[in-house]
Amino acid sequence: MSDLTELNLAEARDGLKTKAFSAREITDAYLSAIDASNPALNAYISVTHDQARAMADASDEKLAKGEGGTLEGIPLGIKDLFATKGVHTQACSHILDGFQPPYESTVTSNLWRDGAVMLGKLNMDEFAMGSSNETSYYGNVVNPWRRSGGDNAALVPGGSSGGSATATSAHLCVAATGTDTGGSIRQPAAFTGLVGIKPTYGRCSRWGIVAFASSLDQAGPLSRTVRDSAIMLGSMASHDPKDTTSVDLPVPDYEAAVGRDVRGLKVGIPKEYRLDGMPGEIETLWQQGVEWLKQAGAEIVEVSLPYTKYALPSYYIVAPAEASSNLARYDGVRYGLRVPDDDVITMYEKTRSEGFGPEVKRRVMIGTYVLSAGYYDAYYLKAQKIRTLIKRDFEKAFADVDVLLTPTSPNAAFAPGEITDPVTMYLNDIFTVTVNMAGLPGISVPAGLDGRGLPLGLQLIGKAFDEETLFRTAGVLEESAGFTARPEKWW
Amino acid sequence: MAVDEATVRRIARLARISVSDDEAKALQGELSTILDWVEQLNEVDVEGVEPMTSVVEVSMKMRDDVVADGECPDEVTANAPAKEDHFFMVPKVVE
Amino acid sequence: MLVDSRTPNPKSFISGANGDWELVIGLEVHAQITSKSKLFSASSTSFGGEPNDHVSLVDAAMPGMLPVINKYCVEQAVRTGLGLKAKINKRSVFDRKNYFYPDLPQGYQISQFKDPIVGEGTVHLDMPEDGAVEVGIERLHMEQDAGKSIHDLVPGKSVVDLNRSGVALMEIVSKPDIRSADEAKAYVTKLRSILRYLGTCDGNMEEGSLRADVNVSVRKPGGEFGTRCEIKNVNSIRFIGQAIEYEARRQIDILEDGGQIDQETRLFDPKSGVTRSMRSKEEAHDYRYFPDPDLLPLEFDQDFVDEIAASLPELPDEKKARLIEQYGLSAYDADLLVDDPDTAAYFEAVAQGRDPKHAVNWVMGDLAAHAKSVGKPVHQAGASAEQLGSLIDLISDNTISGKIAKDVLDIVIAEGGNPAKIVDTKGLKQVTDTGAIEAVVDEVIAENPGKVEEVKEKPKMVGWFVGQVMQKSGGKANPQTVNAILAKKLGL
Ligand SMILES: [Mg+2]
Ligand SMILES: [Zn+2]
Repeated sequence: MSDLTELNLAEARDGLKTKAFSAREITDAYLSAIDASNPALNAYISVTHDQARAMADASDEKLAKGEGGTLEGIPLGIKDLFATKGVHTQACSHILDGFQPPYESTVTSNLWRDGAVMLGKLNMDEFAMGSSNETSYYGNVVNPWRRSGGDNAALVPGGSSGGSATATSAHLCVAATGTDTGGSIRQPAAFTGLVGIKPTYGRCSRWGIVAFASSLDQAGPLSRTVRDSAIMLGSMASHDPKDTTSVDLPVPDYEAAVGRDVRGLKVGIPKEYRLDGMPGEIETLWQQGVEWLKQAGAEIVEVSLPYTKYALPSYYIVAPAEASSNLARYDGVRYGLRVPDDDVITMYEKTRSEGFGPEVKRRVMIGTYVLSAGYYDAYYLKAQKIRTLIKRDFEKAFADVDVLLTPTSPNAAFAPGEITDPVTMYLNDIFTVTVNMAGLPGISVPAGLDGRGLPLGLQLIGKAFDEETLFRTAGVLEESAGFTARPEKWW
Repeated sequence: MAVDEATVRRIARLARISVSDDEAKALQGELSTILDWVEQLNEVDVEGVEPMTSVVEVSMKMRDDVVADGECPDEVTANAPAKEDHFFMVPKVVE
Repeated sequence: MLVDSRTPNPKSFISGANGDWELVIGLEVHAQITSKSKLFSASSTSFGGEPNDHVSLVDAAMPGMLPVINKYCVEQAVRTGLGLKAKINKRSVFDRKNYFYPDLPQGYQISQFKDPIVGEGTVHLDMPEDGAVEVGIERLHMEQDAGKSIHDLVPGKSVVDLNRSGVALMEIVSKPDIRSADEAKAYVTKLRSILRYLGTCDGNMEEGSLRADVNVSVRKPGGEFGTRCEIKNVNSIRFIGQAIEYEARRQIDILEDGGQIDQETRLFDPKSGVTRSMRSKEEAHDYRYFPDPDLLPLEFDQDFVDEIAASLPELPDEKKARLIEQYGLSAYDADLLVDDPDTAAYFEAVAQGRDPKHAVNWVMGDLAAHAKSVGKPVHQAGASAEQLGSLIDLISDNTISGKIAKDVLDIVIAEGGNPAKIVDTKGLKQVTDTGAIEAVVDEVIAENPGKVEEVKEKPKMVGWFVGQVMQKSGGKANPQTVNAILAKKLGL
């Protein structure tokens, strides 16, 4: 039998259905790959061998009877932000030391309900705060991709879903869950040659996902094909009465949208995404994307989103403000790390100082500052008003077009330590963050390589709850790009 | 917007994060840089604009008044760093 | 902006070393909403329980847990707003109030800050001497209760129980319209009564279902508002009065010594009767309120409000007016009766088809005294409205005397039973047979020739003879008949 880890999700699903191989076999193949490769890549921080095999065996029983869900027997990696019952769940922070939740997140429950197999928990930026997976308490994740031309320097996989990106890209899972607050699914997907979708805010339940910024956080998949993401999202999405912000809408058959053509589709090109100083390769790729869609019969329309440039700075008010409050529960009283002291306030201060890494502290401090007395109106309230303006921009644009095409990220993967200035690091999310601010869905599709052989992604932005158009258009881009490049296996 | 060290210390206290002198210095610079950068929002006229209060345009669903949770003190305290019976234990608090 | 709605009343002034002072009081009452489950989680609100029993993973603020609002609590808040004749806000917002405390698991309390569910309203007081007083309600908002820290269970440690964490509270904020400790007590009494009528809070102060933060300041009569101190969590009406009186005196003493009042949070110690500064709350608060991003704005339509309004019961003010009108009660009696809706209902059941004066006398007299001695409300003191009613009927138709009736009531309370049957089986029926009474009267006259002489000089002595006759008849002789026969035989 050929290497089962080579199969994408749809192929694996079909093979399992026809009993070409068993869930146990494909699971074991992945577990072996993880054991062999993870030391070099650091994608997994906890591998659940026994649980994976038990779940695979259960799937095989179902498959033998001709039963099973849409993901029956499919081995997945789970970002450490998702609560998984009795299994390591720390948001890759020291402050949640040893935490094992007595509950399972709604999104992962949906996956297990549909038959998926959990391989383990994936590395990420601490509390999902980062764009390079350099802020994890468990160390950096390494991108399987390297620059061509003999440059052996390690590269970051992007963040915060860096472990999800590397694991999926290096075939250490069929696909993975991610979360996206400002670009944390789409940017790492672009950095590692994957597809990643952040669905509309409210499409996936946030229940059981460690909160970073509640009004921006949304779960979604990272996968090797558009079809795989459609299948994954179909399982992850649901209305959940336990999350007041989740939406009571039926989950469409996303997979059915993949393969539909785009003739007559109106694709908007927002001119404000053409940044000064953006690498020429990104601009060229974007133009290439326009051509592909044109050739496939779509109509291209230039649109304007005038408030785009204010999205990132207002994001860096809203997200830290919400985070400063969401992370107040990590106080060493009920779970996680405690640094003891006889005085309770000192105990809090020591625990939180030792438990949080520098980026988390920075954001908690910023968030505390912008909410503090006298500053609320000038910062938080103003940022929320700008969000309204950003959302209006999109509403106006979507009156004329069905979908928007933009680059995913202003640059390809970079080396760890290469960006040290926080603001420069934040600029990584410049194209993705607007989507979170407006609550819209966005998908990144691998579209080509830069001059140094690194993958670049194109982003499609859709109307609220119109993920189907994203999958449909992404499918066309995927086919046109014919992206088949793979990182050379060095690990 | 430059932040002074006293402000860094006040914010750290509010956030219950102890900071060393070196950290305070570093944070002072970083926070100032970030706040300087967000200063560009002052260009935007938000007169008459409503702040976004809900990303999704639906009204809040309410649940019925039914007891269907709790009575699980083992689970509630399972991860506690210090406990006594089913109480969480903390250093003595003076009111 | 604080507005002074009152005309200074010299009767409420407190005299100081150099002139009079006037108290200015505002209250923030925290009332627990009577609901089965908590405001944002489905765990139980029942009082007590083993540590951390009534606690869900949401209440314990486990990572990734989310709040979902209890519809019944929203209805109860609206209901209360209607009962306070207040403005109902069909759109309100839940905010986070951020601070760290071991009994606050989320590190913030979900409350309502800028946009509360209920706006301005009024509570009407009838003060015994000064008549009507209107106390303005500033707002009513919904919020979560915190857990409880216990400091004396483990030496050197505090322990935290989250059973109360997340229980729904209404914070009812008054305007600074109160000018004396008596008014403050009357206000809380009245508010509690309204809440009980509405069924939105049981008003049980011992169990903490109702507690007040009392804001106290003093000023020269009619002058500028002074600096206030907030006395936190006072949990009895009597203590509210004591705390205010102590605090007023403390502030006056400081001001008269040329000092100034520091705005601060204080605690009332019922044992010593003094207020003291709360050390743990010394730090300047910066709550960093912002709308809770886990919750959407709370919105409902007018139909939702109208439906609740349609089910509103008769409230104390209206009931009082009706009782006065319908039963001819004094304002004082009516006030006592309407305080508790069950007492009022009990009274009305007793008074049904009977002389309301008798009903009042018995309900507010003997039964109330007994109720007080056993620490129960009147309607639970051991005599049902039916039993008390039939007892009153036995007096009215002269079957028993009022004195015997008291004994029968004691029996009813102790052993239960039908009063008429008790009178029957114990042979307590009033003796109205003139011959039998005459015989007893003759006996008493014959035994006390000296007294017979005396009574001729002092006719008031007849009472002594009545007593003797009643005693000999075991209390069963009809007093009117006894009086008449005695008058005749003694030649009075
Ligand atoms: Mg208060
Ligand atoms: Zn309150």
